[in-house]
Amino acid sequence: MTTFLQQLVNGLSLGSIYALIALGYTMVYGVLRLINFAHGDVYMVGAYVGYYLSRRLQAREPSFLSALLVMLGAMAACALLGVLIERLAYRPVRREARLTLLITAIGVSLFIENVAQLVFGPDPRFFPSLAPRMDFRVAGMRLTSEQITVIVVSLLLMILLRFFIMKTRTGKAMRAVSFSLDASKLMGISTDWIISVTFALGSALAAAGGVLIAMQIPKIDPLMGIPYGLKAFVAAVLGGIGSIPGAVLGGLLIGTSEVLVVGYLSSTYRDAIAFGILILVLILRPQGLLGRVHKEKV
Amino acid sequence: MKGWLAATGLLAGLLVLNELFSGSLLAGFALPPYLLQVLCLAGVNITLAVSLNLINGFTGQFSIGHAGFMAIGAYASAYFTVTFGEALRAVLGFLPAFARDGAVLLVALALGAVLAAIAGFIVGVPSLRLRGDYLAIVTLGFGEIIGVMILNIDTVGGARGYSGIPKLANFFWIYVFAAATILVVHRIVHSSFGRTLVAIREDEIAAESMGVHTTRAKVISFVVSSAMAGIAGGLFAHYLMYINVRSFSFLKSFEIIIMIVIGGLGSITGSVLGAVLFISLTEGLREFAQYRMVLFSLLLIILMIVRPQGILGHKEFVTFLTKRRRTIGAAPGTPGA
Repeated sequence: MTTFLQQLVNGLSLGSIYALIALGYTMVYGVLRLINFAHGDVYMVGAYVGYYLSRRLQAREPSFLSALLVMLGAMAACALLGVLIERLAYRPVRREARLTLLITAIGVSLFIENVAQLVFGPDPRFFPSLAPRMDFRVAGMRLTSEQITVIVVSLLLMILLRFFIMKTRTGKAMRAVSFSLDASKLMGISTDWIISVTFALGSALAAAGGVLIAMQIPKIDPLMGIPYGLKAFVAAVLGGIGSIPGAVLGGLLIGTSEVLVVGYLSSTYRDAIAFGILILVLILRPQGLLGRVHKEKV
Repeated sequence: MKGWLAATGLLAGLLVLNELFSGSLLAGFALPPYLLQVLCLAGVNITLAVSLNLINGFTGQFSIGHAGFMAIGAYASAYFTVTFGEALRAVLGFLPAFARDGAVLLVALALGAVLAAIAGFIVGVPSLRLRGDYLAIVTLGFGEIIGVMILNIDTVGGARGYSGIPKLANFFWIYVFAAATILVVHRIVHSSFGRTLVAIREDEIAAESMGVHTTRAKVISFVVSSAMAGIAGGLFAHYLMYINVRSFSFLKSFEIIIMIVIGGLGSITGSVLGAVLFISLTEGLREFAQYRMVLFSLLLIILMIVRPQGILGHKEFVTFLTKRRRTIGAAPGTPGA
């Protein structure tokens, strides 16, 4: 029982990172109907920005303040990167066929991965520990401070995002754009601006996920965005792409089931489990767990 | 009669080229081994691209799992030749050596194609009910699952890869199958069934209300496409003599999609052009070493911005040059004249 609870906690902390990345996928899909394949790579860049920032700050002792600075720095840098990607690559092809947009996204993803291998070097690097480490023992389970940080920080970010989307004018506009891009343009919403904001927010969340996972593993490499991005994307679809609570639910489900499968069955099936669940769900409930059904009109 | 003559001519031509390139016909005319390998891999790419174009370009169903079917074909046929190849060769002892090799290869490829087709059927039936992006994701997922399953079969090497496959495929066989794929896809697209597929691409609901059994048509096109990917995988395995699951990841599927998009979706000659361009670009940029993939991805993004319909668009090469006739690949509203 204790092992099971322990696995569950591990799964939740992995799942909250998937959820953070999945939020970016789902938000971008909401406004552009685009599977943003480059999102996983933004997450990787976030981890690297965090790495370089923490190297700068390492003169001091690990403290929560420097951890916060590193996190915010990475989020800001990636928000900018996200906006740039949208502005330079996606906006020129936005009115083209969906497939064109998708291929552009694949191109951007390949571009970031290969530039990263040039700039950061292809070898993995060890992420310095940012905050003071400690272990807690609760009912026989071992909780590391990293795990607690991951769960608390991602929960906080998700609540902030929820507040932003539901309570602010920009958030309302985002919801309008994801409901109908053309109608909201006619209503006087600056859709270009809203799309930029969406990319900035999604990328910042991915960067936060990148720093959090880097603290936990603690190893980063230029291709780390591929597996995490893929699984986070699966999480977004599982929850119902375009649905924000769905992305969180999907992330947590994928994270927990992955850890449970590795713990109780076999680690070689680790990467198949996410897709297995996804296929089952999509066949039984094609709109995802919390997604809305779109009636097709002729 | 004309068809038979053309086929015989093509086979003879390929055979002569094969002997010429490998240097056994005229000394001094042999291609450098590297160039020959690039040429052969280009042929495998043509088979992959043209077969994927049937489902992505002509039926309009976006699949990103093509590499998975290629993997099934590669592993199944390689397993066959490694395990039963010698036995079959012994049975066929009365034939000359090259015919024996060819027979073993053909049986292996047939097995790979059948298994890939069965996998295509299993994947296609549930997933082709889904539309657009969901189909893309599910095919991506199935592709990855196929990879993980193969990784867990130890008899074919698992993570170490599968080595010791006899080199049965060569320039001749690779281009015979590339030509056969082009012919089959061309014949399908220009048949009444092909028009059904194009109708599904243009408007699935309209096609359905015209009495087209859309799921059935999509599944057939998916199964045919998977079988051809299986053949391509078998040729790939028997040419390189070593395969690894990592070569069949979703990145490989992306590559095939990039080929057909570069050339122009819904154009067979476009896929051929895309496949050749893709390998020429990736190999040609090899000089720039680590900048290679950076340049390649940049070129891809620029191409999408400048010419999103691909180089040939929906047209076939001849029409692209003369621009007189509307082709079956033409999108609605595209001026064909």
